[in-house]
Amino acid sequence: MQSRNLNLAVGAFVLLGLLALLFMALQVSNLGTRGPGSTYELKAYFDNIGGLKPRAAVRSAGVVVGRVRQIQFDDQQYQALVLIDMDARYQFPKDTSAKILTSGLLGDNYVGLEPGGDTEMLKAADRIRMTQSAVVLENLISQFLYNKATEPSSSASSGRK
Amino acid sequence: MAVLTAVAALGQACVKLVQDLGSFALLLLGILRRSAAIWRRPRLIAAQVHFLGNHSLAIIVVAGLFVGLVLGLQGYYTLRRYGSEEALGLLVALALVRELGPVISALLFAGRAGTSLTAEIGLMKAGEQLAALETMAVDPIARVLGPRFYGGLIAVPLLATLFSAVGVLGGWLVGVVLIGVDPGAFWSQMSGGVDFWDDVVNGVIKSLVFGVAVTQIALMQGYGARPTPEGVARATTLTVVVGSLAVLGLDFVLTALMFGEL
Amino acid sequence: MPQDHTASSPSVLKASTAPRDAAPVVAFRRLSFGYGQRPVIDSVSFEIPPGQVVALMGGSGVGKTTLLRLISGLVVPSQGIVEVFGQPLEPRHQERLYEVRRRLGLLFQFGALFTDLTCFENVAFPIREHTNLSESMLGDLVLLKLECVGLRGAAQLKPSEISGGMARRVALARAIALDPELILYDEPFAGLDPISLGVTANLIRGLNSALGATSIVVTHDVAETFAIADRIFVFAPSPTGAKLAAQGTPDELRVSEDPFVRQFLDGRMDGPVRFHYPAAPLHEAFGLSENR
Repeated sequence: MQSRNLNLAVGAFVLLGLLALLFMALQVSNLGTRGPGSTYELKAYFDNIGGLKPRAAVRSAGVVVGRVRQIQFDDQQYQALVLIDMDARYQFPKDTSAKILTSGLLGDNYVGLEPGGDTEMLKAADRIRMTQSAVVLENLISQFLYNKATEPSSSASSGRK
Repeated sequence: MAVLTAVAALGQACVKLVQDLGSFALLLLGILRRSAAIWRRPRLIAAQVHFLGNHSLAIIVVAGLFVGLVLGLQGYYTLRRYGSEEALGLLVALALVRELGPVISALLFAGRAGTSLTAEIGLMKAGEQLAALETMAVDPIARVLGPRFYGGLIAVPLLATLFSAVGVLGGWLVGVVLIGVDPGAFWSQMSGGVDFWDDVVNGVIKSLVFGVAVTQIALMQGYGARPTPEGVARATTLTVVVGSLAVLGLDFVLTALMFGEL
Repeated sequence: MPQDHTASSPSVLKASTAPRDAAPVVAFRRLSFGYGQRPVIDSVSFEIPPGQVVALMGGSGVGKTTLLRLISGLVVPSQGIVEVFGQPLEPRHQERLYEVRRRLGLLFQFGALFTDLTCFENVAFPIREHTNLSESMLGDLVLLKLECVGLRGAAQLKPSEISGGMARRVALARAIALDPELILYDEPFAGLDPISLGVTANLIRGLNSALGATSIVVTHDVAETFAIADRIFVFAPSPTGAKLAAQGTPDELRVSEDPFVRQFLDGRMDGPVRFHYPAAPLHEAFGLSENR
């Protein structure tokens, strides 16, 4: 009857829309590459997080091993507290260090993990002890200028006695 | 003196705007209140999804394809200047998913399906069919307007998603197949840069809001049209004009809310 | 073959079957109505007894259709009360209003059929909405109703495929689908050929007896109405809205002395309803001085 054709047509339309959504989710967006599965949380304190944003990647050896879940300000230590969801498949030693790096020349900030040599692994809610803040351009420039200013000029020192 | 009449006209227009917003809200609330009764007749809603969605497929898919093709082309020419051609996939996908998909499909929907809705209901009103329903103790808001509202609500996000998907394929067609951008870079930069929740889902939410706005405006114009040929003609025009402006205005608001500060 | 008693002459079926003192089906009590500043109906009071075919008559635009809209609750009176089935009508209370509407049927002037449905589906519509009958029972009922108006053969046609007169008959079948106690007709004789006029008049009278209902016909067609109505109410226009000019049986009205009734029934060019639309005096329009 007519209603069966109607149901078929509407169902096909909805299915088409959902397939498009699936395509968008898996092929177009990062849902396909971001493994779901279980995660465990790690903490890290930074003096300066630079441009790090929530959802930023956490990489080790260039591979995404986690995501930044939340960034908070700790007003006891006056440092930034970064909460990370680590992929449960990967364990890192207790003396792993975390640096805030830039992806590419003008890219976004991400957290780079360099594993240490400890035999004990980081567990959920553990703190990454060694951290290096993001490079802030102004500090870099002022440091460069300071070095330049305090650098003993070779010609001047060799000239004077 | 002409200045005074102009000012008076402006004031009158503002008052009318507020009045229209009021009737918009009241009608929307009226439909929402009767939702239980409306959903007891799912076949009516399905018929409307067919009328509004299936019948708009052609224009949405074709438009999406063309928009994707153009995005691919224009995007390539611009990115080539900065040596960033490999980001073409990312550009096309983000532009479509965040903005062009929801907005253009809503505008097309207002023009194609919105006008059909307005004309149909306006003519039903002119032919006293709505009054006939009332005298038969059938609520025309629940029986006629409600299924069309939910039909539009379901159809628009699906159409927007289809638009974006076809657009991405269009961009791929131009960029990878025709021009020769590296397919690996095309897709990997895209999937690396497009976040499902922040971009795709936000785009779907946008299209949902647009769907409510356009469908409700179309219904309101038809239901309130003067039951004459001129009245119906004017109502259909208003559906497109008001609906399109509402979509663009809401787009600004939603974009500011969603993508303003990450 | 069921007997086609709707073809017999209307005068034979004229006798009303309801007892004389039964409560009125519809009553207007000092009812006034207007659109904004424009008054349409001015403090009208009358009662319609059950079981009769009653006509509401008057010139075009006097407000007769408005009376039907007031009875069916499509518009709300400015002052006064409409009573239907003995209870005051509460148009703002949707549930109670719908309860009343389920007991009445309204035939619109041009039918108001649903153009996207077949004739069968149109007549089936109120039955589907308000009852839980099985498809086969519903089918039988719809075909019976269509048979009453002589259009069972057109059941699968759409309103666009039948003539205007036939569409009105289908609409009548739809209006009586749930066997209403009160049937309202809005200008059922307007624009019909002599055959259709006879058919319609017979249908109105015949259905009223068959259903034991009360019928209210709004019309300005004198000949057909006088042939089938038990009681007639005549409304005259006035600057403050329509007023009830006269009421009575057809025979009483035929000999009425009221000037408006006389002008209306005899079709006189001038009387209480002036021939000339109000305008400035003639000599002013032609720029002549008064004494020329």
